[in-house]
Parts: sequence; structure tokens; C-alpha cells
Amino acid sequence: MTGLNPTNEQRSSGTAASALAIELVGINKHFGPVHANRDIHLAVRRGTVHGIVGENGAGKSTLMSILYGFYTADSGEIRVNGVPQKITDSRHALALGIGMVHQHFMLVDNFTVLENVVLGAEDSALLRPTLNRARDHLKQLARDYGLEVDPDAIIENLSVGQQQRVEILKALYRGAETLILDEPTGVLTPAEADHLFRILGKLREEGKTIILITHKLREIMAITDEVSVMRQGAMVKTLQTKDTSPGELAELMVGRRVLLRVEKGPANPGKVLLDVKNLIVTDDFKVPRVKNISFQVRAGEIVGIAGVAGNGQSELLESIAGMRDQLGGTISVNDKVLSLEGDDGAARARAAGLAHVPEDRLRMGLVTNFMAWENAILGYQGSYGEGLGLDIGKARSTAEDYLKKFDVRPANLDLKSSNFSGGNQQKIVLAREMERDPDVLIVGQPTRGVDIGAIEFIHNQIIKMRDAGKAILLVSVELDEIRSLSDRILVLFDGHLVGEADPATADETELGLLMTGSHSDQVITEPGTLPAHETPMQQTLVEMSPKDNSGRDTN
Amino acid sequence: MTPLPRWADVVLLPLLNVVLAFLVGGLIVLAVGQNPLQAVGIMLYGAFGYGSGFGYTLYYTTDFIFAGLAVSLAYHAGLFNIGPEGQAYVAGLGVILIGLALNGMHWALVFPLMIVAGALFGGAWAFVPGYLQAKRGSHIVITTILFNFIATAMMGFLISRVLKPEGVNSDESAPLEAITRVPQLRTFIELFKNSPVNLTFFLAIAALFFVYWLIWRTKFGYAVRALGHNPVAANYAGISNQKLIMIVMAMSGMLAAMVAVNNVGGVQGRLILNFVNGAGFVGIAVAFMGKGHPVGVGLSALLFGILYQGGQELAFQMPGITREMIVTIQALVILFTGAMGDMLRAPLSRLLTRPDATTGAK
Repeated sequence: MTGLNPTNEQRSSGTAASALAIELVGINKHFGPVHANRDIHLAVRRGTVHGIVGENGAGKSTLMSILYGFYTADSGEIRVNGVPQKITDSRHALALGIGMVHQHFMLVDNFTVLENVVLGAEDSALLRPTLNRARDHLKQLARDYGLEVDPDAIIENLSVGQQQRVEILKALYRGAETLILDEPTGVLTPAEADHLFRILGKLREEGKTIILITHKLREIMAITDEVSVMRQGAMVKTLQTKDTSPGELAELMVGRRVLLRVEKGPANPGKVLLDVKNLIVTDDFKVPRVKNISFQVRAGEIVGIAGVAGNGQSELLESIAGMRDQLGGTISVNDKVLSLEGDDGAARARAAGLAHVPEDRLRMGLVTNFMAWENAILGYQGSYGEGLGLDIGKARSTAEDYLKKFDVRPANLDLKSSNFSGGNQQKIVLAREMERDPDVLIVGQPTRGVDIGAIEFIHNQIIKMRDAGKAILLVSVELDEIRSLSDRILVLFDGHLVGEADPATADETELGLLMTGSHSDQVITEPGTLPAHETPMQQTLVEMSPKDNSGRDTN
Repeated sequence: MTPLPRWADVVLLPLLNVVLAFLVGGLIVLAVGQNPLQAVGIMLYGAFGYGSGFGYTLYYTTDFIFAGLAVSLAYHAGLFNIGPEGQAYVAGLGVILIGLALNGMHWALVFPLMIVAGALFGGAWAFVPGYLQAKRGSHIVITTILFNFIATAMMGFLISRVLKPEGVNSDESAPLEAITRVPQLRTFIELFKNSPVNLTFFLAIAALFFVYWLIWRTKFGYAVRALGHNPVAANYAGISNQKLIMIVMAMSGMLAAMVAVNNVGGVQGRLILNFVNGAGFVGIAVAFMGKGHPVGVGLSALLFGILYQGGQELAFQMPGITREMIVTIQALVILFTGAMGDMLRAPLSRLLTRPDATTGAK
């Protein structure tokens, strides 16, 4: 088997075994008929950041779960610091110095940072001595790696970025020498992601080894030393980051050439289809989130809403879609003012010609327990069948049509929706919302957690809708996505529209500053030389400064 | 953990749970010095062996089908209706009121009206917790439990103080005339001798088909299942969660109400204290064992019917086994199929998927 024929990279690294923190040799793993990992060889050098890229379902997470002891490989060997090990569970992995930061944090929300860090690592029956020792240790770790978090803060009051730092602290506190990060930036704002990369840089300087799983190529280019590409359960290639390019990586991941840039012609705006006037919306706790916003979207244009997550985008989308009552203002589609009161407003918004691709497809856009065909009619169930009965035949043939047109894989109508990959789930939602020919399409985070091949497809579909004369409102926390798709950019900050920009001429720094509610003349360009920042906003401001963004725009 | 194949999930696992329950029950029978195999034999004979025993089994099954469907329907909408007991009890009031009002009329006229009146009362009794859940966020489990108590107190008062005729000693309403009562099957079929199984049994079978159609073949059922799996997505789909919760609870109460038609209209011919006698609670176990699917509900209702009727036969035939022990065995079945129903899932899954894994490793 190929295990006897290691590739060149593996052979060269094998000669310096002691320099390897982790070595995986010939790992195989099956789940029933699915061969999730095929004879994987991977060598991770100590003191490096090693990226692992691949599309959803390529086997990255399975491989890391084997390394972390969640799964046992069917065959193959794991060597930690050159010594073969049978890793039985995560506790064992930790004892070997392997820590993992999960995509979905494993934190107790109502515990403090300190309590979360020591949870499961208490060294006595009484909590107090452990906590006191941990506090000192934590301070030291924070100093060494720039992982500042208030040890007494309650988790649920922390931002996502801070929670992630707690996860990293947890692993370091348990003595992790090798850190596995699974899609760490999926939930972070650009500024938080930058901060994370600075932390990773520090960790590398201190001799820690980092395995970074991601499908964002610019992150790979920005931070890793080496990168391994996986496709369909197999390890395709391991490369030196400095010798490769995003284009090459994308091609290796997908197995064909991928356009990383969106190709689109100029917009041809027509009449106003979506007209939002003086909209005021509150969140579930009656706190105003959208504060008197007015804007219009015309036929044949894409208006992008840029902003740091949590500045009112969700509430704006949900209220236009009829899912959230308005405190004031009007929403008109095609010159007709929508009445969206009550908890079935979404039905009336749809009837008026508005389609909605929600930000969070799993929480909102799909019933994950439903089969593919059932989700293909969600929201439009009323138009399948006369009277009481549901016309299942019609629903299924529609769904079949959707799956084919949007190349959903597997094209299995009866597969439970939770068993599709993120990209394919998103395609089901997009097909459903686009194919019924709405006048207005509002789209939230169209490519969140979607792999690179599908992103290209989704972007092209959105452009196609625009060119067909639809009005499209796009909300995304990916600034790149907003810039490449939109014809106009509106910047949302703290529930207000604070600016408008032309994507062709907009400067990323300028947009970043608008998104954080500041103006360019207030920029502080020398991070690190300043006194402690008073508010998180100022902290973000510093993190957004151009100096730190240099070298990251790799496209 | 890899999910079980469908046949194992639907057939094998519940079957193993029942077997396990009987094994443990057998140990208890053994512990009191009786022969478990003989006990099982007597139980099966009591449930199926002779006409009137079989009739009783079907009579109990009727109750359990309705209660089980009531819990199942609500459960598909994500609502845990603990209150079929109270809903059936209150429905008894509707059944007896219409029965007494039309006393002496032919059952062919009264039977449909009993169904309607029972449904109205039972539905209303379930609607209130539904309303409180939808509009006020009061948890349905708490309110339906409390409504059981309210039903008991209210019905106790009404039966002993209002409905009880002069000169009657026991707490019960005036009786319905024979022609007004829902006819028992023994009047058509010799086999059932003196058992109480009546026309309502066919209503239960029809209800199984109806609920299947409702949940899987209608837009309404689609909305109910969307709500049950993911209320946020249901809201996204333009489904009014509040309206649907109230409607589903009312319908759930209507299904539970049919227990009253079976009992008050078909057997007692009068309203007696606590006539529901736990059938509503058994419905919860039936629904869970049947996984909310009408086929499963039908089969598990039959199992509990066997346990009830066969258990009484057992208590009668084997003096060493008391009523309490029968209840213990019934409780074991509920424990192993309901509360611990997933206990064997993991080992079973390992057992069933192992051949794949070993061949894959080569």
C-alpha cells in the first residue's frame, strides 16, 4: 500500500523525526460504507503553524478527531514526539500535550472564565485552592501570549472572540504543546480574527505547535508555515505555504480550477422594489437594534450591508422578512406597504414577492429533521395541493428540480437535511428562495460555512438573480463578499446606517472604520504603544488599523 | 454513534425493550415463588384465550389508542401533553349531558352527538393550557398536569353534588337507557360474550388512519411537524406558532375525549367518579413506545391492552400474584420502553455496524 511509499515531503520530514510534534502514518477510518480517511500521512513540525484545508466532508475533522481521541482509526499509527501512541480519549490526548479548540465552544455559559478553565482539571475536592493557583497561572499565560481575558468575567457576557481565547487558555492550562483549532475564524469578526492570528503567532514563537483547520485560504496564506490539502478523505499534498498560492490550493481542494473572483457586469438599476422607511426594530429583550433606518433597493442591483456582527443586521433581515415586529417605520415591496404584525408575518412577506435566505440556515432556514424534499417547500407549503391535503408528488418533483438545478449532492430527496454538508444545505435553501421568482431577495451570510467550490456557485446564482432584474439585499460579515458582490455598500453600525460606499472605489480601511463607528482622522496607527483602551470599541479600532491588515490581502 | 437501520429502530429495539421488561418482571414473579412461564401463559390466555377476555383487551386498547394518539399529535408539534387524563374526564361531562338530554333516543343519533359533545369539552379543556402556552409562555407540561387536578376536583363536585340523582347512594349520574348507549359488539358478534368492547373501537381504528393522514399527508401536518422540530424555522416559514399550538392542543384534547365516549357512552352508561382510571397516563407510555406513529401507537396500545386484561386474569388465577405486582410489571414495561427506551440503542448500534468496520480495516 502507499504506506510503504511515502511521498517526498514525508520522507524528508521523516529523517528528522525528533523535530516532528505529530506524525500520522497510514490512517484509515470508515463510517459504514463511507471511507472518511484514506491512508492519511501527515507530519507536523514542532513550532510551526500547519494548515489543513479541504472542502466540507474532505475528512479534516475526522482526522483531527482521531488525533484527539474521539474516534479510533481502523488502521494506522499516531506518533507524538516520535513515539507511537494509542490515543484512547481526549483526556489521554491532553496528557500527551494535544489540546483542541472546537468550532462550537465547549464552555459553561454561566461560569466564570476561571471556573471554565479549571473545569475537569480540579486538583482537589475544594475549589478555592485550585482557583487561586489557576488565577496566577492564567495571568502568566495571558502575559506570555497576549490572551487577555478577565478571569472573573461570566462567559455569556464575553464576545465570541473572547470566548475563543478562553478555549485556548483551557488547552494551554492543561499543558497543551500542540493546539488543534477547528475552523477558528468562522464565528469571528475580521478584527477578532486578526487578534487570534497575533495570538497564534506568539504561541508559535514560544515553541507551540498549531494545527489550523480552515477552508479560508487567505488565513492559510497569512499564518501557516506548511499546508496540507485534503480531498474526499485523502491527503492530496503538503506544501510550503510560501511556495504556493491561493489559486493552487483551491484547485487542489476542489480538483478543478476555481475562480476566486466574482465575475459580474455593471448593474442596471431599475425601479425601486424594496423601500424601507424609518424602520425601528427591537430584539427579543425589547432593546432597539435597528434605529430608524431608511434605504431602497432597486430592481437589478445588489445592495450590501456591511457591518461587524451584532450591529443590527439580524434584526434588520428578520424584520424585513416578517419574522420580527417593527416598532416603527414601513417596509414596502413593489410599492405596497407590508403588514407584518403577528407571528405569521413571514407568510405575508412571501406572498408580497419577498424571498429570504436566512443568516443561520440550521436554526432558521431548514428543519434539519426534515427530508430534502420537505425542506424544499418550507415556507411555500401552502401552494402545494388544494384544500387540506399536501400534494407530495408536486412537492417532490419541485424538489427534484431544485436539487438538479443547484447541483445538490447527493441528489437524494429522502435524505434527512442534517446529513447534507453545509454547502449543499445552503444550496437547498437558495434554490427554494430563488426558484420561485421573487421580486426581492434578501440574503444573510450566503456562504457561511460553505466550501469554496460552492461559494463560487452561490455567488454566481446571486449575480444571475440581479441580472434577471431582482432587487437583492445582501448582509454578510465577510467584507470581501460584500465588496465583490454588491453594487452599493451601506454600512451598519449600532443600528444606524453610517455611510454608503461604492465597492469599486471603497477602501477596506475606510470601510472598517465606518463599521466600527469611527472616522479616519481618529485612527491610532501604533498598537502596543498606547495605554489600555477604555472600551472594547476602541480596542477593535486599534485592531482594525491598517498596519495589521497589511500582508493579509492575498487575493 | 452510527444511527440504527430503520427496521432495527422501529421493530427490533421496542421488541427487545418489551422482552427485557418481561424478563425483569419474570424475576419478580420468581422471587415470590411462582412460575413465570405459567404466569405469561395465563396472561396471554386471559387476553386472547376466550371471547370475553379478548373483548376486554380490545376495550382497553380502544382507550389507549385514543390517549396515545392525543399525546402523539401534541408531541409532533413539540408539545408534551400530560393531560389526557383530565381531558378525557371533562369530556365525560359532555358525553353524559348530551346523552341525558336525548335519553331514550336511538344510539345512531346520539353516538355522533356524543362524539361531538365529548370533543368539545375535552378540546376546550386542552385548549386552555394551549392558550396559556402560546400567549403567556406557561409551560404546557405544568399546566396540563395542573389541569388534571382541576378536572378531578371539578368533576368530583359536579358528579356528587349536581349530577347525582335523588336517592342514589353511589357517586354517579343518572343512567342512560339501553337504546341510547353506544352498542357493544356482543350484540352483533356472539364471540365477545359479556365484554364491554363497543363501536368506539372502530372509531379508534379510524382515528389511527386519520392521525396518520393528518400528520403526513396534509399541509396542516407539515406545519405541525415543522413547529415540533424547529419553531424558529416554522416562524420563518410563515407558520403562526401561537395559533398552531392552540389548535393542536385542542385537537389533542378531542382525541383524549373519545376515551369518555368509549367508557361513559359505551360501557357505564352513566358518569361515574374517576372513570378514566389512568388510561390517560398510559397514553403517554403508549405514545412514546409507539414513537408517535399511528402504527406504533396501535401496536403498543394493544400491548397495554393485553397487560391490563391479562394482568387481571393473572391476579385472579394466581393467588400468589397480587394486583400490586401486576401494576409493577406494567410499570416495568413503561420503564423499559419509555424512560429507558434508548438504553439498548448504543450496544445494538455497535453490534449491527461492527461487520462493516472490521471488513473496512483490512
